[in-house]
Amino acid sequence: MTKLDYVYASATELLTYFRSDPDKILDYLEAIYDRIRKVEAKVRSYITLRSREEVEREAENVVKRLKQGEDLALAGIAVAVKDNISTRGIRTTCASRMLENYVPPYDATAVKLLKESGAVIIGKTNMDEFAMGSTTETSAFFPTRNPWDLERVPGGSSGGSAAALAAGEASLALGSDTGGSVRCPAAFTATVGLKPTYGLVSRFGLIAYASSLDQIGPMARTIADVALLLSVIAVHDPKDSTSIPRNGKTDYYFKLEELMSSRPRLRIAVVKELWRGLEEDVERVLHRILDRICGEHTCDEVSIPITRYALPAYYIIAMAEASSNLARYDGLRYGLHVDVEGRSWIEVFTEVRSRGFGFEVKKRIALGAFILSAGYQEQYYIRALRVRRLLKNEFDRVFKRFDLVALPSMPIKPPRLGEAITDPIKLYTMDIDTVIANLIGSPAISVPAGLAATLPVGIQFMGPPLSEEKLLYAGALVEELRRGAALKPPI
Amino acid sequence: MGDVRIGLEIHVQITALKTKLFCPCPADYRGKEPNSHVCPVCLGLPGVLPVINRDAVKYAAMVAIALNCKISDRLVFVRKHYFYPDMPKNYQISQYDGVGSTPFCREGFLKLTINGHEKIVRIRRINIEEDPGRITYPTGDIATSPYSLIDYNRAGIALLEIVTEPDIESPQEARAFLTKLINILEHLGVTDTSLEGSFRVDANISLGGGSRVEIKNIGSIKDVERALAYEILRQRTIIERGGIVRRETRHWDPVRKVTITLRAKEVEEDYRYFPDPDLPPVRITSEFIVSVRRSMPELPDMRIERFMKQYGLDRYHSTVLVSQKWLADFFEEAAKHYTRYKKLADILITDFLRWVNEYGIKPHELRARPIHIARLLELLDKGLISIKIAKEIMPEIVRSGSDPEKLIRTRGLLRITNRDELQQIVREVMRSNPKAVEDALRNPRAINYIVGLVMKRTRGRADPKLTIELIKNELQRYKAS
Repeated sequence: MTKLDYVYASATELLTYFRSDPDKILDYLEAIYDRIRKVEAKVRSYITLRSREEVEREAENVVKRLKQGEDLALAGIAVAVKDNISTRGIRTTCASRMLENYVPPYDATAVKLLKESGAVIIGKTNMDEFAMGSTTETSAFFPTRNPWDLERVPGGSSGGSAAALAAGEASLALGSDTGGSVRCPAAFTATVGLKPTYGLVSRFGLIAYASSLDQIGPMARTIADVALLLSVIAVHDPKDSTSIPRNGKTDYYFKLEELMSSRPRLRIAVVKELWRGLEEDVERVLHRILDRICGEHTCDEVSIPITRYALPAYYIIAMAEASSNLARYDGLRYGLHVDVEGRSWIEVFTEVRSRGFGFEVKKRIALGAFILSAGYQEQYYIRALRVRRLLKNEFDRVFKRFDLVALPSMPIKPPRLGEAITDPIKLYTMDIDTVIANLIGSPAISVPAGLAATLPVGIQFMGPPLSEEKLLYAGALVEELRRGAALKPPI
Repeated sequence: MGDVRIGLEIHVQITALKTKLFCPCPADYRGKEPNSHVCPVCLGLPGVLPVINRDAVKYAAMVAIALNCKISDRLVFVRKHYFYPDMPKNYQISQYDGVGSTPFCREGFLKLTINGHEKIVRIRRINIEEDPGRITYPTGDIATSPYSLIDYNRAGIALLEIVTEPDIESPQEARAFLTKLINILEHLGVTDTSLEGSFRVDANISLGGGSRVEIKNIGSIKDVERALAYEILRQRTIIERGGIVRRETRHWDPVRKVTITLRAKEVEEDYRYFPDPDLPPVRITSEFIVSVRRSMPELPDMRIERFMKQYGLDRYHSTVLVSQKWLADFFEEAAKHYTRYKKLADILITDFLRWVNEYGIKPHELRARPIHIARLLELLDKGLISIKIAKEIMPEIVRSGSDPEKLIRTRGLLRITNRDELQQIVREVMRSNPKAVEDALRNPRAINYIVGLVMKRTRGRADPKLTIELIKNELQRYKAS
């Protein structure tokens, strides 16, 4: 393989290669670092990039383990981890001034599993501050740019992870998805992003935005790679009370191969309300793919009128939980430190929170506190929960007749920098097709559907809880229609 | 006092637990180096999640059953929000009666007997919640300290919050209620209230349907009684002078023995309760409750009945013994060595208890062993010591835990039963008190005075029967001469 091959090769290919020659891991990592040196200044995927020496030392140990005959599912693979997932000894900022110098003393369960499987964490990726945003522009440090068009955003909030994959700065990535934060950037960068069933991947160590909606999600350039990564991180965790109890691991890669050879016919629902308001060229790309899928599988249009309340319900619940989850940041035990001499704790807390949080975060905390306050809770929060329950019921009904729902990932192409962030309605409306999966706890995947002119468009599939295999299968079908080629950005 | 309404809110730590409520940190934080019993979870570091300690639920269920409460079919935790430096997350994981949430249990009651009357205090609810950390002020006072120190060792310790209806009508009733409650908690093994800070009370009090005043954070039963008595007096004085009692939160100063204003309470604080999404509701099954009920230790009321049956004690003795778990335990242990139970119960609830209280000895500091009391009674039964001596050495036994037999021997307190020895003493006493002898010769009843003199001389060690016999013999001799 040439160095360029290393950079854009799939993890699946790399692993086969490393198994026959473990020493190649070090060449591969060198290639990744060379690539980073070349493109990072333009893309800016990483908030914290680990030193090459440190990563090499770690990789040497992986090589040793491989040579000793250990079976490592992700031996030597460079993984980019979103900066809201705790990494022991590596700064974890949530792209916020509040945690600019915070170094966690423990690993998130997902990170622990990655390390155990021989993966190498290469850096911590940029994101919207505390995952609040859909463009990676609310990062307190800098925006990340879309490798497909450096004038445009990579989506968010896991924009850094998606951009790193698209730009060849990592082979696999972890993101987190509260209302589309894995699927949105995947769609905008022509990568694959999966939001697992709520409770499939442990949230322990994921810095909470909205606990009842958050899930860590695997991201990669191919469906098979997402299956590979999911197999490693989808393990029951007693440290997370919302983790679904189950025995052992599931080999999603193997299950995907099985489905791809048996090729069962899928019953796909097209919820008409969710196909409205698309940009014309986005709609064209999506329909082209959907038509071809529906040629081989059974598609039917259904109507779920209540989906129109999904977006407000989502934002109410997310903000309410955020206002509570982010209360702990007061600068006392960790995080932004201000002068405390001669001042009361209230003064100190106020200054820490005024200076530590950015505008979008403050806005959501303030709205969330309002939503939960006595007298308004019934009107907003309780009603939002009701919508959530009704949505769940409606989709449960749909999933009795259908395997999956097909819907757009994003109704628009990636916006230019500054375009969406100045228009909150536009910003929030971007999430219209992604928030449902989080509200009902369902898994959903975004797969590259093609290009609208020069910009990526993603198609989304959503299924009932624990239907990840079918989602991967549907994704693989789309991938096949694009003749399996990973879309490579011009950068 | 018919117009006084008191409601209590009691916080007790579940000291029986080995670990904290939501993390595996050890729960025995007392006397440990500050911030040494902490982990990312109880420090509320970013990204951590709570996991419920199942044993806490078991103990809570025991208390709920003992207080006749209806246990909810779901275990739901909520977040109670307020900013304070001792709370790592700036919210407390607690329970609440609201939309989508429920207290652990509700609608219970506790039956009391006060001066022979039966009284029922209703329990509104019991919640399971986490304790915050501890703030210490270097000068001991918030106002004068230039800085404060926070110890999070206590953060996350399991608490039970027991809330009564305002059924209590006097400070004495409050004391009776709390005494019985603590006794139940100790019998269940849930809480060791001798541990500092394991038991705190907030008291709500209103007079004549007026404003409710809350007194926060009272540390002992005695202080609850005092604070309430003070508060009744204060409020009554205001009303008598035509004033209006303000709705407020007050603080009990145990040193100056007064309540002082903490903050006026115009509106309910808004804690923005909502169900904790990190702790999905858990079903509480009837099988679970049945198994807890089966594993429950004996409760005080049952123990009183058993004492009456097993030891043949009357209700009064049984009740006094069982009113404090340690005393009842002490009795039962001593009863293994001494079987005249009534006598044993008697000495325990009179002399023994008197000195324990006099010295202010806490049950866990008590050095006297049950077998010591049993031995003391045996000595008494065998006539080796007098009751006077027994009473005399009781304080020593209570204070130092000395073996009564050794104590008596080393101090020479054995009864003087040797005829010659006693005769010698009697003679000396009579010789040096001719007036008393004269009286006795005239009036046989005056012998008692001489007996007294002999007892005084022997510090009560003289065998009384023998003494009288010898005095009478001597008097015969006087008459003869």
